[in-house]
Amino acid sequence: MTLAATHGFLSPTGVEIAFLLVGIVTLGAAVVTVTTRQLVHAALWLVVALGGLAVEYLLLTAEFIAWVQVLIYVGSVVVLLLFGLMLTKAPIGRSPDADSGNRPAALAVAVAAAAALVWVVVDAFRATWIDLDGPAQGSTKVSGSILFRHWVLPFEALSVLLLAALVGAIVLSRKDREREDGN
Amino acid sequence: MNDVLDVALRLLVVFGVFMVLPLVIGQTEHKVMAHMQGRLGPMYAGGFHGWAQLVADGVKFAQKEDVVPANADRRIFQLAPAVALLPYLLVLVAIPIGPGEGAVGEVVDAGIFFVLAVMGVGVLGSLMAGWASANKFSLLGGLRTAAQLLAYELPMLLAAASVAMAAGTVSLPGIVDAFEWWWLPWQIVGALVFFVAGLAELQRPPFDMPVADSEIIFGAYTEYTGLRFALFLLAEYAGIVVLCGLTTVLFLGGWHGPFGAEGLGWVWTLLKTAVLAFIVIWLRVSYPRLREDQLQKLAWTTLVPLALAQIALTGIVKVVIQ
Repeated sequence: MTLAATHGFLSPTGVEIAFLLVGIVTLGAAVVTVTTRQLVHAALWLVVALGGLAVEYLLLTAEFIAWVQVLIYVGSVVVLLLFGLMLTKAPIGRSPDADSGNRPAALAVAVAAAAALVWVVVDAFRATWIDLDGPAQGSTKVSGSILFRHWVLPFEALSVLLLAALVGAIVLSRKDREREDGN
Repeated sequence: MNDVLDVALRLLVVFGVFMVLPLVIGQTEHKVMAHMQGRLGPMYAGGFHGWAQLVADGVKFAQKEDVVPANADRRIFQLAPAVALLPYLLVLVAIPIGPGEGAVGEVVDAGIFFVLAVMGVGVLGSLMAGWASANKFSLLGGLRTAAQLLAYELPMLLAAASVAMAAGTVSLPGIVDAFEWWWLPWQIVGALVFFVAGLAELQRPPFDMPVADSEIIFGAYTEYTGLRFALFLLAEYAGIVVLCGLTTVLFLGGWHGPFGAEGLGWVWTLLKTAVLAFIVIWLRVSYPRLREDQLQKLAWTTLVPLALAQIALTGIVKVVIQ
């Protein structure tokens, strides 16, 4: 990565323009996801938003991260969401009861989360530029070696967190059954 | 200019393969199933042993009226077949059939992840179709599709991860390059898990609970007619091509063969793919459909532990031979 001294914001390259356009589409899809009154449409717009994010990763040369994004979020999380929506027999057309009174609170949380994330990312990278002409800096090999050399501790902490969530889910689902048996 | 021409030519070839191979497998299925059941199968269309039957079917589908149910969610209903079919076209781009740069549509750095990720997207098509049809049977089909994908995606990924560990790379040509003959016994459990999980992801018999015609008519595709229905069928056969090609590349050594490795590698790849496709058809004729609970049980209590054991074995052998 090189410093911004050699780059300007006023003469964008093709990749930068594409990055910006995909970003706008992603943001638009995300906004539609939370504002649409049709439940299943919200889930499908989420696919667009998550897919747009994957394209952004690709444009940043982080190919591995991009495919994992598609695999986990589009392939599994959204399928799980749709599964849940189908179990509730989500109606075709608008759902009149899909609105809750928590709208202001949700908006506040969303804005706070977005502000925190933007601040962290901007502060971390400031004006570093990715050199697109050199060897890919986000290839699987590079990502892997950085992950397991410099970021091992957060990685392991995350796996423990996921394990805890897994065990918790099993405990919760078991408890219900025991109670039913007792009755 | 040459680069553009090169890319265009490659995409054209991949598209050609995408249009031809699924039809070949479809026709083989007609014939193989027929002979296994003591029939002849289609004999008239095209003259010689009914080779043009699927072309005739295509013409028939194209002539039918394109019906969208009155209560359906129009746009999603119409979009669903494309979402189901396109991912397989994309996957085909990354599958190498011979050694070298010339025999793969596009070298993808993290090929194995690309392939599995994009294949998973295809299921969204079935889910969209199941929900948007406004039909109870379709909705049931969609539900079963989702449950099946969630159960079988994990063992498939784990089995693929085992090969990636063995080869030390996640690129598909890289994996075939690293292949040695003794990988076959070493990775055989992973290969079986991958193939079975792939069959389930394609909803092929004996894992065709989501489209079980004797219970829920045709699952998510019940309301579809004409070309859109044909696209779903095409997606199924393209899925067979992709699954068999992937199993060949990951576990059976792709273009490696006992002889003729130079120049004739692509023949080996196609041959292995064809044998696997025959097995897929064979299974359809010989096994009864699994019930929904049997399906889930097979995935969670058999395939996942087997895949994990395979990963452990791969890790141990890998450490020992280093």
